[in-house]
Amino acid sequence: MSLEDFRRATRAWLEENCPTSMRTPMVQDEIVWGGRNAQYKNPDSQLWLESMAAKGWTCPTWPAEYGGGGLGKDEALILSQELARINARPPLTSFGISMLGPVLLEYGNPEQQAEHIPAIVRGEIRWCQGYSEPGSGSDLASLSTRAELRGDHYCINGSKVWTSYADRADWIFCLVRTDFDVPKHSGISFILFDMASEGVSTRPIQLISGQSPFCETFCEDVKVPARNLVGRVNEGWSIAKRLLQHERTMISSFGLASGQSDRGGTTSTVSSVEGAAMHYRGDKDRLSDPVLRDEIARFKIDSEAFALTSQRSREETKQSQGPNATSSMLKNYGCELNKRRYELLLKALGSQSLGWEGDGFADEELQVTREWLRSKANSIEGGTYEVQLNVIAKRVLGLPEIPAMNKKMNNK
Amino acid sequence: MSLLLNEDQRMLQDAARSFCQQHSPLSVLRRLRDQRDELGYDPALWQQMLDLGWAGMTIAEEYGGYGFGYSGLGIVLEETGRTLTSSPLIASVLCGASLVQELGSEEQKQALLPKLVQGELLLSLALDETPLHNPSRIETTATRTGDGFVLHGSKTFVLDGHSADKLIVVARSSGDDNSAEGISLFLVDRAAAGLSIQRTWMVDSRNAARVELDAVKVAADSLLGGEGEGYPGLDRVLDIARIGVAAEMLGSIQEVFERILDYLKQREQFGVLIGSFQGLQHRAALMYSEIELCKSAVRAGLAALDDAGKSGEDRARLASLCKAKLAEVFALVSNEGIQMHGGIGMTDEFDIGFFIKRARVAQMFLGDAQFHRDRYATLNNF
Repeated sequence: MSLEDFRRATRAWLEENCPTSMRTPMVQDEIVWGGRNAQYKNPDSQLWLESMAAKGWTCPTWPAEYGGGGLGKDEALILSQELARINARPPLTSFGISMLGPVLLEYGNPEQQAEHIPAIVRGEIRWCQGYSEPGSGSDLASLSTRAELRGDHYCINGSKVWTSYADRADWIFCLVRTDFDVPKHSGISFILFDMASEGVSTRPIQLISGQSPFCETFCEDVKVPARNLVGRVNEGWSIAKRLLQHERTMISSFGLASGQSDRGGTTSTVSSVEGAAMHYRGDKDRLSDPVLRDEIARFKIDSEAFALTSQRSREETKQSQGPNATSSMLKNYGCELNKRRYELLLKALGSQSLGWEGDGFADEELQVTREWLRSKANSIEGGTYEVQLNVIAKRVLGLPEIPAMNKKMNNK
Repeated sequence: MSLLLNEDQRMLQDAARSFCQQHSPLSVLRRLRDQRDELGYDPALWQQMLDLGWAGMTIAEEYGGYGFGYSGLGIVLEETGRTLTSSPLIASVLCGASLVQELGSEEQKQALLPKLVQGELLLSLALDETPLHNPSRIETTATRTGDGFVLHGSKTFVLDGHSADKLIVVARSSGDDNSAEGISLFLVDRAAAGLSIQRTWMVDSRNAARVELDAVKVAADSLLGGEGEGYPGLDRVLDIARIGVAAEMLGSIQEVFERILDYLKQREQFGVLIGSFQGLQHRAALMYSEIELCKSAVRAGLAALDDAGKSGEDRARLASLCKAKLAEVFALVSNEGIQMHGGIGMTDEFDIGFFIKRARVAQMFLGDAQFHRDRYATLNNF
């Protein structure tokens, strides 16, 4: 099929199969995460997921033999353009798609791929990420959750923290220590297990912004089949790092929405910083505070240049396949933009941005308060701002190693 | 609209880079400066650049050009920015030829463009009248007399004004001093009676001039564009020039940054390479991030100039985005260029100082960061 035919066929199929309500901007509580206990607040979203999953278009470039779309990069680009053309919502949002899947396709064995990839494509299993630990944040490689091989299975003990949606996930991809007597990076393995396994428990964490998706996850003598270990034992750190690249790319997209004003048709007064600033000051054509105006202009210029950089990075990725070196930079810049956006919104809204709950504040104003606080985590989660700068300095700029960053576990 | 270079553009970039590295390294500018060279650029080098077709990049083939577009010229300017090459490319090609293309009559295009491509004619834009760029604030007057006009006024920061064959003078033929209405552009011969051009010695060792117009008589056919209707075309060309200068700035920024990285990897203090210090690593990583944004902005700006489907407002927004962003990042990187080199960075013998000097001139040329943030805000309706 020629690309032109593909575009025509795709457009026709989308016209027929994308429900009208799925062609509107996504609403937070209608995001589809899939999983054994999937919830569909809008029934159209289930229909939309099933239609897309049947074609493998929830994961357009993944191999067709595992249920993916099997599309080449040109076809995938056309599909994304056609989806954007009708403002289609993403049919499925999951850590399986954005983080685990690409890594499993690269490092997993055929049995693991056959077991997990199709379920990710169809949204049947919801995954969570077992990385950080109470004693291992930025120094992730010092992690100490222990996995001991006992015959045909591993016995896992330890605890993880900041496990997003652990209380709703079906499976976890988890970093464990399989050797304590070697340099810290050399004793880590990457393993998958069912959250329903005996000995796994979770506890939600409340943030300064209120509720949050984060959890603590505890493992007490959890039995995991040895075949669930991905790649080779003690060589999980490379897989872990590759997955982090995918995670950063995902997080950096949060910053993309930051600079957009309310051209898209939403009428909320806080959807654009400049619109909000003018609204709360009663300005008509021009923002009356010249200092804030300059600050907002700088923010919007950076946002637009950032959006162009994300576009350029995507084009480069498509040319070279696989994530590229810019992911740390995009993650940092996107997160900083999002934080700047909320600081500016506070200035724009004045004291209306400082309500916590109850009367006297519109829902969207209360949301600004909460989201402002939540945004402070952007430069901590997924690798702190400072760690990303370390990564850029070392891997992109080739600057010399900072002394004392590569100690053995037992020297700790 | 792709933000990556295509095969042809990559070849052009390679060729331009090796030419500049070989024939116009920074030592050329240093020599011109030290000799207080009359012309301010090397004519033999300029001839080579003409032979490479660089003056005809953006000119349509029917006027003797090569139709390589602004993306092509931008690629060349990025490379001349790396070596701080002084040449008539910005004044005569980027500004002058673009004005003729944008505003000129068919006759003027046929008469002037082929000469511009061959370097037989050099143009210079005489626009600013105060130390701060403000293109619609024009006090220079053009009064109709007989079959022509008489020009009165003074101009400053006229790039290559002392070496150009003709000036393009922006004057007011009607309207208030601050109005975009009533602005007219005139081609004025350098030998015209009443015209005096005084070269100024600028910090970047390039050429700018002050121009006095004292009852300079010009014929009616020296009008470029309609009488009193010059501003929209001028504005379009200013956006072209802003994006082009941003491309040159991008080259300079990258060069400074690469020199910084080299130094961090070779300079030892406290028994280790200073590049292993986190305090310097993080500043380098932040510069890298800003430079990545600059690259994307410039590619998008140049692509928009070549894309007939883009509106003037899109180009204007991108031009102000580019100029504001690149000005800030060039300031950052050129300052860090000095600081990260320490004492040696302050010496004239070392090259890094040339970049901070060029940075400030390029930052202010055709509007500084504040000017363009203000314009960007206005264009975005706030």
